[in-house]
Amino acid sequence: MIISVASGKGGTGKTTIATNLALSIAPINKKRTLKGSATNSNILFLDCDVEEPNAHIFLKPKFKKTYQVTIPVPEVDKRKCTYCGKCVEVCQYNAIAVVKNNVLIFPELCNGCGGCSLLCPEDAISEIKREIGIIEEGRADAINFIHGKLNIGEVRATPVIRSVKLKVKSENGITIIDVPPGTSCPVIEAVKGSDFCLLVTEPTPFGLNDLILAVEVLRKLGIPFGVIINRSDIGDKKVTEYCKQERIPILMHIPFDREIAVTYSNGIPFVLYKKDWGLKFKNLWLQIEKLIRN
Amino acid sequence: MKQIVIISGKGGTGKTVIAASFAALAEKKVMADCDVDAADLHLLLHPDVKETHQFMGSKKAIINQEKCTQCGKCINVCRFDAISEVRGRKREMLKQVQHDIVEIDTISCEGCGVCKYICPENAITMRENISGEWYISDTKYGALVHAKLGIAEENSGRLVTLVRQNAISVTESASSGMDYIIIDGPPGIGCPVIASLSGADLALIVTEPSLSGIHDMERIIKVTNHFGVKTVVCINKYDLNLKNTKFIEEYCQKSNINLIGKIPFDKIVIEALVNGVPVVEYSENAASKIIKIMWNNIKALCNHR
Repeated sequence: MIISVASGKGGTGKTTIATNLALSIAPINKKRTLKGSATNSNILFLDCDVEEPNAHIFLKPKFKKTYQVTIPVPEVDKRKCTYCGKCVEVCQYNAIAVVKNNVLIFPELCNGCGGCSLLCPEDAISEIKREIGIIEEGRADAINFIHGKLNIGEVRATPVIRSVKLKVKSENGITIIDVPPGTSCPVIEAVKGSDFCLLVTEPTPFGLNDLILAVEVLRKLGIPFGVIINRSDIGDKKVTEYCKQERIPILMHIPFDREIAVTYSNGIPFVLYKKDWGLKFKNLWLQIEKLIRN
Repeated sequence: MKQIVIISGKGGTGKTVIAASFAALAEKKVMADCDVDAADLHLLLHPDVKETHQFMGSKKAIINQEKCTQCGKCINVCRFDAISEVRGRKREMLKQVQHDIVEIDTISCEGCGVCKYICPENAITMRENISGEWYISDTKYGALVHAKLGIAEENSGRLVTLVRQNAISVTESASSGMDYIIIDGPPGIGCPVIASLSGADLALIVTEPSLSGIHDMERIIKVTNHFGVKTVVCINKYDLNLKNTKFIEEYCQKSNINLIGKIPFDKIVIEALVNGVPVVEYSENAASKIIKIMWNNIKALCNHR
C-alpha cells in the first residue's frame, strides 16, 4: 500500500504528518522474527522532496548505502561528426548547438531523452552519465528509510524522484511518501501510483488556494485523497466549507500548539511526546485503510 | 533598477507575506510572483488583470491510430514511460475498438519528440500544448506580473523566466523610472528557483528557527553562492526557538551574510492574511515594525552597490 503526503503550499506540515504517521503505525507492523534478533519491518519511508529533504531530521536514520543518480548526456565523437546539425534539429531542449565546425553541448539543459544519439546519421554520439543527485538508504528502528538529494545548482528534480521511487515495493508492506510542495512535475512524479494521498493544509487563504490546486492534480491523476487541517484553530473556516462542498473527507485536525511547534523546531516528532496523538495517528491509518477498501 | 528575489528553500516560512509587505512599502516598483505552481501573492495584492497571455509549454506527442501498426518502436525509445500498448481485451470491456492500440500518456510525455522521429509509419505528430497563462495586472501598489501553471504541467522554470522577463519590460516601459522588481520566489532549490534568482541583484532568504528551516537555508545559500547572487537572511517567528535563532545568527556571522531582521511570532500576521491585506498595512504591530526596518535595510544595501 502506497500512501503519499502532499500539500500544494509549502510549510503546512507534510513532513510532520508523514513522519508521525510512520512512527505511529510502525510498532503494529514490527515483526520480531526471534526474540532479541533484529526487527523485520515492512514499512518503507521515501522522502521525495529531493530539493529540500527534511524527514531524516525527524526519523534520524542510520544511512548504510549511497547511490548516485545520473542522467545520460551526449558526448560527440568529433572524428565521426560531419556537423550536419541533425542532433540540433532533434533536441527540443536547446542542449546542443553546432557552430561552424564545432558541436557545443550544454549538459544542464539536457533532458536525457536520447534522441540525438539515436538519430545521429554518423553514429557519432554516445551517452555518458552525469550525476545530478544522490540517494541515501538506511534504517530508523522499524522503518526502512530512503531519500534523494538534488545536487546544488541542478535544475531537474524529477529524475532523482524517479530513482527514489524505484525502491517502492508495492506487493506488500506499507510505503509512505513525503511529497515536495507545488503542483508541477516533481509533485506528479512523487504522487504517481499512490493508493491514497493525504493533503495537508492550513485554514488560511493561501492554504485554501493551494489545496484547491492540489485537489485538481489528484483528480486528474485519479488518486483518492483526504485532507488534514494543520493549525486548525487559526485563520478562517473556508477550508472546511470547501471540503464539505466538494465532499472531501477531513481526516484530522491538529490545533495550533506552541509545544508542537517547538518540538518540531527541534526535529522531534511530536507523537513521541504527546502519547494521545499516537492513537490519533493509528485511527487516521484505519480511516485511510477503510477509504481505500471502499 | 534592482531585482530583489525572496526565497527560502523550505516552504511556508513567510515569503509571500514579506513580499506583499515590501510591495506596500517600496516606491517605484513592479512585483513578480514567480511561484507559478502555487501562486499566492494575488491573494494579498488583489490584482485587476489587464493582459492575459497563453504559455506554450513543451509539445505533446499524439498518435494517429489509423496509421499506427503497433510495431512498438516508439514504446522502446521513450525514456519517460509515456507510451504503452493497451490490450484489446481491456478495450473490449469498454465496448470500444477490439484490437490492441498504442497510447501516449500526455502527463508523462516530456515532448522530446524521439517517438515522432523513430516512427516508420509517420503516425506520430507533436502538438502544441497550452501549459498555463501569465498576466500583467494593476494593483493598489503598482503593476504585478504573475502566472498560473496548468494542472499537472511541467516547465515551470520557463514560465518563471517569462514572468521575470515581462516584469523587466514593464519597468522599462513605465513612464517614470522604476527602482525595484520585487520577486516572490518558489520553495525548493531546483528549476523554478534557479529561474527566479539567476541574475537577481539581491536574494532575501526567509528562514525559521527550526532544524528543517536551518537545513534548507544552508542548501539555498549554497545555491545563491553558486549563482553569485548577493544574499541576506531574515528569521521569521524567531522567538519560537531562541537556541536555533542563535545558531542562525552565528551561522550568518561566520558566513559573512547580513542578517537583516528577526520577525517575532505574532498571530496578527495570520489575521492580516485572512483579511487579505499585507501585514504592514493591517495594523501597527511588532512584526510590521521589523518588516519595515528590513525594507529600509534592503534599500540601503541596493543603493550601496
